[in-house]
Amino acid sequence: MGMTIAEKILAAHSGHDHVVPGQLIECATDWVLCHEITTPAALRMLEERGMDRVFDLEKIVAVPDHSVPAMNIKAAKMYQKLKSWVQEKGIRHFYDVGRGGIAHVVLENTGLIKPGQTLVSGDSHTCNAGALGCFATGVGSTDLAGAIYAGKVWFKVPETMLIRVSGDLAAGVTPKDLVLEVIKRIGADGANYLVMEWVGDTIDRMDMEGRFTLTNMAIEAGGKTGIVAVDDTTRAYLAARGVTQGEYTEYTSDPDAQYKVVIDLDASAVEPTVAYPHIPSNGRVAGSDRIAVTHAYVGSCTNGRIGDLRDVARILKGRKVADGVQMIVVPATQAIWKQAAQEGLLEIFVEAGASVSYPSCGACLGMHSGVLGPDDVCISSSNRNFVGRMGDPTAQIYLASPATVAASAVAGYISDPRAYNADGTEAAD
Amino acid sequence: MPTVHVFARDHINTDEIIPARHLTTDVEAELAKYAMEDYDKDFVRRVQPGDIIVAGADFGCGSSREHAVWALRGAGVAAVIAPNFARIYYRNSINNGFLALECENVVETFMDGDPAELDLAGGTVTNTRTGQTLTFVPVPQFALDVQKAGGWLEYMREQDQNRQDQNQPQQEEQHA
Repeated sequence: MGMTIAEKILAAHSGHDHVVPGQLIECATDWVLCHEITTPAALRMLEERGMDRVFDLEKIVAVPDHSVPAMNIKAAKMYQKLKSWVQEKGIRHFYDVGRGGIAHVVLENTGLIKPGQTLVSGDSHTCNAGALGCFATGVGSTDLAGAIYAGKVWFKVPETMLIRVSGDLAAGVTPKDLVLEVIKRIGADGANYLVMEWVGDTIDRMDMEGRFTLTNMAIEAGGKTGIVAVDDTTRAYLAARGVTQGEYTEYTSDPDAQYKVVIDLDASAVEPTVAYPHIPSNGRVAGSDRIAVTHAYVGSCTNGRIGDLRDVARILKGRKVADGVQMIVVPATQAIWKQAAQEGLLEIFVEAGASVSYPSCGACLGMHSGVLGPDDVCISSSNRNFVGRMGDPTAQIYLASPATVAASAVAGYISDPRAYNADGTEAAD
Repeated sequence: MPTVHVFARDHINTDEIIPARHLTTDVEAELAKYAMEDYDKDFVRRVQPGDIIVAGADFGCGSSREHAVWALRGAGVAAVIAPNFARIYYRNSINNGFLALECENVVETFMDGDPAELDLAGGTVTNTRTGQTLTFVPVPQFALDVQKAGGWLEYMREQDQNRQDQNQPQQEEQHA
C-alpha cells in the first residue's frame, strides 16, 4: 500500500520502511523550536528530574515571541529563563528580541527547516512550517522537554485528509479566505488528528507566503499538521535562503496512498470570508452583515508577512482608518518590518492613522500590546477567535484576510475588500 | 463520591480553560485559581478534589498550552470525560498521566452536580443518581504505561535505563 508524504517522513524518522495510520512510533525530531512561554516549564521539568541536557545544540532554535518585549516582571523572568538556558548551553540559533520576531515566521525564513524533516514546538501553530514539505506539529511542554532531552517524540501516525483545490482565486480573495472556507466546510474539529495535505493547480500557483497561511491554520480544524509537497516554488524559496536541493529530501504521496477524506474545492467560487465569533469555522461572506468594529488587527504567524502588509497598504494608501477604530499593524519579523519600511508601507499605515507595532504574538492571544476590553469588536488577520482569546471574554473577534481587515478599518464596519481594485482604487459597482 | 461538572458545549478551548493572561506561571497551584475562568468564573469555588468534568466534543481545542491540564488537575479535577478531545490536549493529558476519557453520550447522561462512580479497570462511568452506566473507549495501553511510569519523561527515562541494562552484558562479554 502506498504512503502519503506525512507517512513517508514519519517512517524515515522512526526506523521503519513503512508506517500505517494508527501505528504508535517514536519519531526523531530534526528541529525543536523554543519560545519563552512553554519552554521554561519544559526546562523546569528536566531540571527537577536531573535530565537537564540537550540532545543536540545545533537542532534547537530559540525565539522569544509571545510576551516580548517583556510586558511585565513575570514575563521578563520567563524571557530570562529562556535566554540564560540558551547562553548556558551554547545554543547558537537564538533569535533575540530585535533580531527575530514571531517564531514560526522567523523559522520559515532561516533556511534551517527543510523539506522532509520533522519539527516540534510547544506551540500549536508549529504546523505552519508544513508548507515546506516537512512534518511540523505543536506539542505541550512535556513533549517539548522530551524532544529537548532525547530528540524524539511519540506519535500515533495520523491519517491524512486530501484537499484538492483548482481554479484561480478571484481578485481580492486570498489564501486566508480559502482556508477559512475549508474550515467552515469541515468544522473546527473536521481534521482532528489528521494531516491536511493541500494539492491542485491553485496550490501549484500559490506563493510560499500563501501556502504558509494554509498550513498555519491546520490546527484551527484540529489538524496535526498541514503539508504541501515540494515544487519549483519551494525550491526557489529555499535557494533564496541559501539551501540547495541536495540538502533535503523531497517526498511525494504515492498514487495509491490512502486518504481518510478527500475534499474538492473550486477556488474561483471562494469569496472573502470572515469567521464570526467564537469559532474559526463560523465563516460568512465579508460584508453580508453590517458589523461595526472598534479594533482592526493585522499581524500574527498566520498573516503578518510582507505580502499581507502590501495588501493592507494598497487599501490604506491615501485613506484614513475610520474614526472610532483602533488599528494596529504588526509585521511578523524584524526582517519583514525592515522591508515594509523600505517599501514605504509603514509610512502609509502611520499616515492612515494605524499604530505600527514591533514583531510579537502579543495581541493575537490577548497577552499585551492590543488586548481587547469588554464588548470590543475586532476584525483580525489572526487565526483564532475563541472567547477571551484576545482579551476580555465579552469581546467579539472576527477573523479575516489582511485585505478584509484593511477594508473594514477604513469603513468602520466589516467590509468586502473587493470594493477596491488591485491598484487600490475603488471598484465601480 | 465525585461530583460531575457538566460543560455541555462542544469545542471548549484552551483559552477558556486557562486564558493566556495567566500563562506567565507554570505553577499548578497558581494556575488552578483560574481554571475555566472564561467559561465559568465560579467553577474553582465549586470544584472539590476528585471531581469529574463532563464536556462536549473536541474538548481542549486551540493552543498547545499544557497549562490547561495543569490548571484542571491543580483545581482538583480527577478526570475529564468527553466524546473526544483535541489532539494536543489529549497528548498533554497522557504525558501527565491525567485522565481524558472518550465516551459518547456522556453529556446527555449527566446533569451538573450529579454524583458519579468511575471504574477505570472496568472502563465504565456510572451516574449514581440515575443508575445509568456508560462504557468509555478503553484507554490505550501506551497511555496506561506512561501513566504507570509517572509521565512521559519518566517513561522515556525508564526506557533509556532498560536499553542500557540490555547493552551492559554484551559489553562485558566483549571485555571478557
